Amino acid sequence: MTAASGIASGQAARPPALWAPILKDAVLAALVAVLLALPLVGLQTYDIGGGALGIRTHFDWVALAGATVFAGRLALRVVDRLYRSREQRGSAVLARLAVWGSRQMLPITLVGIGFAVALPFLPFSSRYLIDLGTTVLIYVMLGWGLNVVVGLAGLLDLGYVAFYAVGAYTFGLLAQDLGFTFWEALPFSGLVAASFGVVLGFPVLRLRGDYLAIVTLGFGEIIRIVLLNWAPVTGGPNGIGEIPRPSFFGLPFARSAPEGVTTFHQFFGLEFSPDHRVIFLYFVILAMALVTNLFTLRIRRLPVGRAWEALREDEVACRALGINPTTVKLSAFAIGAMFGGFAGCFFATRQGFISPESFTFIESATILAIVVLGGMGSQMGVVLAAILLVSLPEFGRALAEFRMLIFGAAMVGVMVWRPRGLISHREPTLRLGTVRVR
Amino acid sequence: MTGSETAAPLLAVEHLTMRFGGLVAVDDVSFTAYRGEITAIIGPNGAGKTTVFNCLTGFYRPTAGRLAMHQGGEILRLERIEGFRIARRAGVARTFQNIRLFAGMTVLENLIVAQHNRLMKASVFSLAGLLGLPRYRAAERAAVERARYWLDRIGLTDRADWLAAALPYGAQRRLEIARALCTGPALLCLDEPAAGLNPRESAELNELLLGVRAEEGIGILLIEHDMSVVMGISDHVVVLDYGRKIADGTPAEVRADSEVIKAYLGEDDVEELAPLRPLAGGEGGAHATGVGG
Repeated sequence: MTAASGIASGQAARPPALWAPILKDAVLAALVAVLLALPLVGLQTYDIGGGALGIRTHFDWVALAGATVFAGRLALRVVDRLYRSREQRGSAVLARLAVWGSRQMLPITLVGIGFAVALPFLPFSSRYLIDLGTTVLIYVMLGWGLNVVVGLAGLLDLGYVAFYAVGAYTFGLLAQDLGFTFWEALPFSGLVAASFGVVLGFPVLRLRGDYLAIVTLGFGEIIRIVLLNWAPVTGGPNGIGEIPRPSFFGLPFARSAPEGVTTFHQFFGLEFSPDHRVIFLYFVILAMALVTNLFTLRIRRLPVGRAWEALREDEVACRALGINPTTVKLSAFAIGAMFGGFAGCFFATRQGFISPESFTFIESATILAIVVLGGMGSQMGVVLAAILLVSLPEFGRALAEFRMLIFGAAMVGVMVWRPRGLISHREPTLRLGTVRVR
Repeated sequence: MTGSETAAPLLAVEHLTMRFGGLVAVDDVSFTAYRGEITAIIGPNGAGKTTVFNCLTGFYRPTAGRLAMHQGGEILRLERIEGFRIARRAGVARTFQNIRLFAGMTVLENLIVAQHNRLMKASVFSLAGLLGLPRYRAAERAAVERARYWLDRIGLTDRADWLAAALPYGAQRRLEIARALCTGPALLCLDEPAAGLNPRESAELNELLLGVRAEEGIGILLIEHDMSVVMGISDHVVVLDYGRKIADGTPAEVRADSEVIKAYLGEDDVEELAPLRPLAGGEGGAHATGVGG
């Protein structure tokens, strides 16, 4: 009896106390924001003439940051409290959208591909937009490649950019020393990158999780530093320049060609335009990305692909079923690396110049963020995340220094409302139902 | 029940010893499992039962001893085969004490992954699979059929496309057994398959195992604390205590063995409790938990 009344009175006294932790939490978050903002936003250097620097203080901005975080955190927690479970209520619209999307996968995919193909010919299209599209597609392809390693096989790889670099440098060196063209070098780039994947795979066979992440991070840095310091071969920090541009079945994209060579615009009787090459590059990477996707979707339904996912779920059970974890892991590393290599080869031919600066850790982090934000293992998620992560900073250029702020806010938003990635739905590799029909 | 004399030996464990530093987990244990028979390994907690399984299935390399598997006319030495190859070459499949399903994959996928090696061979380094050659498609259809057969047997056909993690506990246990059977084993090692099952599920499990023994003609090695399962279906019981084998025989013989009663109930109490014959009940779930501890 006394216990029951104690509980009852406790419940009666509770509601006012409920808001205290929320307020406390919001104040704490605001405090952290203020502490961070103080040096980052509050102090600004400026030129006082004669090359000397003065410091300007902006405490109003710090206060603004603190207030924004306080209000945001408070709103988040209040919404959370009002709709008991955020998973079901707070993100209901997004969740329903994701479910709808996974049901309508085929039409959405077709519309997406149709839009991608038509993009260069749309009325609002511009050279800038096509360039941006090319960049997005490079990241989509890299994301799809890394998805094999991280999303399917569950091996956290923080050094994926190494394979991108290996692919780019393979083409760069083949072109510089042996005069290879893009199309001749492409298979070699993939092959060499895949071999590097196996080379990385061997020492990390026994590692997983955090330990694997550290070693792969180190591997990425090793490759970059070797490229930086092995100057006689890689050109060191000067990189490799004058990498040949791709040709259209042997027809170069140039205003004028040497004797006996027909250029693209001459062959098709067009007016020369530098846009031709930009559009062509866009279609090359679109085709490469689509092949990557097709390959991944297909291999996921094969024994290797299922073994990757099984390995992610439980390595011990895999061994008990007679699956060789060594070959399964190595194949995941090799295939993931191969796509990184292809993308690197394309990057080299697109830029015409490569240097170690293009392959820093931030690239690995971006690609991993694309995979994780998109939803591990989800092909469509990678596309959405790549568009978000690559084009958002671009479209935000008008906002000048605030664009990274928008970028950060978008990432926080995704993690708050879709903690398992934009598309966390996993499609089974086969169903008993469909088999029965067949 | 098939007599040990008539059945063909499947696995001969001879003088198996497993040491971890100074701790002797399994000490000079020998026993034989026969084709078409269910051999139970029982013993108090920490007796070394699971360690024996881990040695058999290649998770541990035994310190000493001989593990001879009689397969297809030849004798395979399990302790010399690399861990993951044991399932394929020697046909030894196992389940785990704490269920280890591929939780994020569907029930059907779990059973298809179990047929990895067969499918891998048909997919020829994935090339035939990538190209969708008829040879691979036929193999995949066969794998699905085999999976469907076992799904029917364990009563999960209508839940084939569920995530394995979404199944209730008892169904997960059955699925893990079906997954092991999908590898096409000659010897099936079950580590506490009845743990956490209610009496009805436990009776269904008995039925399944007896059916498998009769139809597949394979040997089953069973670690179990639930005496209703052990006494109800085993042909042959091996009792371990502190890593040593203290008894070996038919369920009736083992039940009457004074060493066994001593191991389970403690030496001092034997005089008082022996007349009650605590192990004689067999079917009582309450007895089983008391004995199993």
